[in-house]
Amino acid sequence: MDQLIIAGRSFKSRLMVGTGKFSSNQAMVAAMQGSGSEIVTVALRRVDVDNPRDSMLEHIDPARYLLLPNTSGARDAEEAIRLARIARAAGCDPWVKLEVTPDPYYLLPDPIETLKAAEVLVKEGFIVLPYINADPVLAKHLQEAGTATVMPLGAPIGTNKGVRTRDNIAIIIEQASISVVVDAGLGARAHARRGDGQLGVDVADALARSATRPAASANTRNPVMVTLLMRTISALSSPTSSRPTTRNAGRPSEVCRMYSTGRYSPLSPWLTM
Amino acid sequence: MDIIFNGKPRELKAGTSIQELLDQLRLDCLQVVVEHNQNIIPRQRLAETDLQDGDVLEVIHFVGGG
Repeated sequence: MDQLIIAGRSFKSRLMVGTGKFSSNQAMVAAMQGSGSEIVTVALRRVDVDNPRDSMLEHIDPARYLLLPNTSGARDAEEAIRLARIARAAGCDPWVKLEVTPDPYYLLPDPIETLKAAEVLVKEGFIVLPYINADPVLAKHLQEAGTATVMPLGAPIGTNKGVRTRDNIAIIIEQASISVVVDAGLGARAHARRGDGQLGVDVADALARSATRPAASANTRNPVMVTLLMRTISALSSPTSSRPTTRNAGRPSEVCRMYSTGRYSPLSPWLTM
Repeated sequence: MDIIFNGKPRELKAGTSIQELLDQLRLDCLQVVVEHNQNIIPRQRLAETDLQDGDVLEVIHFVGGG
C-alpha cells in the first residue's frame, strides 16, 4: 500500500481512527492498535468536575499516534479558531480537523465559516484538514488557502447512504493537488468498496457518525467490528490510485446525541457535552 | 467572590489562583487547557494568575471524537 503523506508527514497507514463511541478506553486502545492507524481524532470539551472523565491524552501514546483534534461543536469560524488554539495549547502538533457545523441536526458544514477559519488557521501555522460538503469550488478555495486536505462528505452524517456525492467528489479529486478524504455518510463495506474502486479516493465510513442509526450503532459498539471494517477498508486502499489519500472514521456521537436530545441551543454552552 | 467556571457560577475565596482552583478540583494541569476571560493561559502562568470577581474561566480537555 502506498504511503499516505499529508503536509509533508508520511504515515504507514491510510486510516484515521476516531475515538468516540467506544465502550471503554481499553477497547478504544485495542481498536486503535488493531487498525494500524497512526492518526487519531479527538474532540475538545469542557471538563465536567461533577462527572470526571479521563482525558484522552492519558490513553493515546503521542510517540505512536498523531493526535488530530477536531473543532466539533463550533458553529462559526470564531469558535472553530478558538478550539484549534486550545488544542495547540494542550501541546499537540498544530494539526486540526476543521469542522464548522451551525446546523445542529444534520451537522452539515458551513462553507463560508469553514473557509474563513481555514484562512486564519493556515496563517497561524496550523495544518488544516477541513470537513466540507462535496463542493469542488469550495475545495479549490480551501486548497488555495493552504489546507492540507479537503474532507468532503459522501452523504449527510449518519445517513449511511454511501457516496451520494460521487460526481462532485470526482471533480474535487481531478482538481486537487492535496489529499481528498471522504468523511461522512457511509454505512457499509460496499460503500467504501465502490467509492474506493471507482473514485480513486480512499473512502471510509465515519462509523461512529452513523451511530444515530440503530443498525450502525450495533457495529460501533463492538470495537472489533470497527477494527475489522477499518481493515477491510484499508485493504481496499487504492494501489491503483496515484493520489495520496486518507480516510477517517469516527464522529463524536456524543455531539449527535447532545443535539438530538435538545441540549443544544445558542444559549447553552457550546463546549459542554 | 464569584466566577463563571465552565458556564456555571462558582464561589471562590478572594485571591485564588487558577492553579489553586485546579488543585481544589483535582484537575491535572497537564491534561487541561485553561482559558481565562477568553485568553489561553500557558501552564507556567497558572500559579501566578489570580482570579478576580466576575472572571470567566473555561477548562477544556480532550474527549473521544471523530
